Amino acid sequence: MTPHMLTRSLDRGATIFLLVVAALGVLIPLSNLLLPAGSFLQVPTYLVALWGKYVCYAILALSIDLIWGYCGILSLGHGAFFALGGYAMGMYLMRQIGTRGVYGNPILPDFMVFLNYSKLPWTWYGFDMFWFAALMVLFVPGLLAFCFGWLAFRSRVTGVYLSIITQAMTYALLLAFFRNDFGFGGNNGLTDFKDILGFNVQAEGTRAALFALSCLALILAFLICRSVVSSKLGKVLIAIRDAESRSRFLGYRVESYKLFVFTLSACMAGVAGALYVPQVGIINPSEFAPGNSIEAVIWVAVGGRGTLVGAALGAIVVNYAKTFFTSGVLAPYWLFMLGALFILVTLLLPKGIVGTFSAWREQARERRPAATTASAAAEDGITEPKMAE
Amino acid sequence: MNVMDTRATSAMLYLDGVHVSFDGFHAINNLSLTLAPGEMRAIIGPNGAGKTTMMDIITGKTKPDEGTVLFDGVTDLTRLDETRIAELGIGRKFQKPTVFESQTVQDNLLLALNVDHSVKGTLFWRGSRAESERIDKVLETIRLTDARNRLAGSLSHGQKQWLEIGMLLAQDPKLLLVDEPVAGMTDVETHLTAELLKEINKTHTVMVVEHDMTFVRELGVKVTCLHEGTVLAEGTIDQVSSNERVIEVYLGR
Repeated sequence: MTPHMLTRSLDRGATIFLLVVAALGVLIPLSNLLLPAGSFLQVPTYLVALWGKYVCYAILALSIDLIWGYCGILSLGHGAFFALGGYAMGMYLMRQIGTRGVYGNPILPDFMVFLNYSKLPWTWYGFDMFWFAALMVLFVPGLLAFCFGWLAFRSRVTGVYLSIITQAMTYALLLAFFRNDFGFGGNNGLTDFKDILGFNVQAEGTRAALFALSCLALILAFLICRSVVSSKLGKVLIAIRDAESRSRFLGYRVESYKLFVFTLSACMAGVAGALYVPQVGIINPSEFAPGNSIEAVIWVAVGGRGTLVGAALGAIVVNYAKTFFTSGVLAPYWLFMLGALFILVTLLLPKGIVGTFSAWREQARERRPAATTASAAAEDGITEPKMAE
Repeated sequence: MNVMDTRATSAMLYLDGVHVSFDGFHAINNLSLTLAPGEMRAIIGPNGAGKTTMMDIITGKTKPDEGTVLFDGVTDLTRLDETRIAELGIGRKFQKPTVFESQTVQDNLLLALNVDHSVKGTLFWRGSRAESERIDKVLETIRLTDARNRLAGSLSHGQKQWLEIGMLLAQDPKLLLVDEPVAGMTDVETHLTAELLKEINKTHTVMVVEHDMTFVRELGVKVTCLHEGTVLAEGTIDQVSSNERVIEVYLGR
């Protein structure tokens, strides 16, 4: 009885979540474009870009929740997949600049001219075509996750050890991308983007469209995660999370399941990164910083691990708080606040915001039938003496 | 073909000269044991006798340093991993009841069913009538029909033990390894469990590790007593329990 109710309430939560995201995805761009600037209801362009960033973070959070919340894989390096997706998109955007760069080279991006490259490195081939870049957005993070996961899961690296090597992975990529001779713009990264698919990335219309697309991607990512976790495969993932060796003795090939879900999650993180880059206008190696990945895990913990909706919500709430607090007098203390938030959530709301909320509702539901019977009995009690009178 | 080989090919489980040591400690020492198809065998022995290690070897969790472990006469289990061995048809119930606590009783059984266990198979899984009928049947056998939608974590200890046995039934392996099925059970539950295992034994080969002598007596099957990783005595419960060396081992020297 109880779990049925839980799934039903989760389903309702999921529906509400999807409707809200869809509504925001339509209304915010419309309000930004159609209403006169300065009007009370008009969403200024800077806010559209900011919220677009949050939505991308929400997709990243979903991808982390899929592996951590449902399969117990705590990746502290998921920012790497996000950044790789971002770089793939950034490379496309760089090649769209063409002769409009400072050096006016039709093939080589500015930083390559500056670093005396004579020709385009092979790694940049094909990135002038959007479809190729879009494919790489999925393929590069997916391939890295597949290779990494294949080695790690086959060797049965789990728990904190896996978390540590994911940190090492993102840190190694950070160092590599920082190098000028690595061929991806060194510490400056990729920036000064002009066009995406022929549209000016700075234009209000493009920003609004990118925001709407990000919302659409969030909806799709959510639906994919949801169908994965509600399939029988989702039950197997939870089984692996809760009792890995038991699942093996039942005949499940645990490493295949982990590899599948880890790769899927990395692809989703890559898409998030690809949508993020045109909206913030830059991608640089600091996106690989281990701290970013840890922060993303905190969003999931705050929102509620293993709830999907919570992960997305957590990303938005924490980032909104970050924007709010880092722009005021409290700015120097943000990291302390984030740390405190994580500790408080772990201690007081171990299930996160959404997890705690649904637990409350669950309790309330269980109490209600008892309460109705009690009040019915009380009413009987009142009527009976009257009858007697 | 020599005698050993004939024994090996006809046995459901055949262990010969198995050795395992952990950091110099000989957990299993020249262990040889044969289980005939359809047999039920009770394994007794004091703590540290190597009962659980033996199960670990059979199910692929631990690799023996030397020795032969054959399943169904031909399959060398020492070369396979847990998943493969489970697929071949060896099911295991752990000493500490291990069920998937955050999932329902019904889902626990669903996960145990011996259907397609591949990633693709589970991702595109659609329940079938035959599957739900099998689950219903197992639920009835383990007396948990009313608890089917409860979370496994909310079950009592004895119910968890049964659920785990039920998972073995759903898995429908050729050989069941049952580690301490009645630990922490009431007398009534212990009795019911003995009945249940006897019922299961009608269609499966079973190996039961148990400390509870009343329970072992109730099973009424051949008993093997392990001590320091090797077979100390084998026979009926009366023969084994009157064996002087067994008494010595249990009471201490």
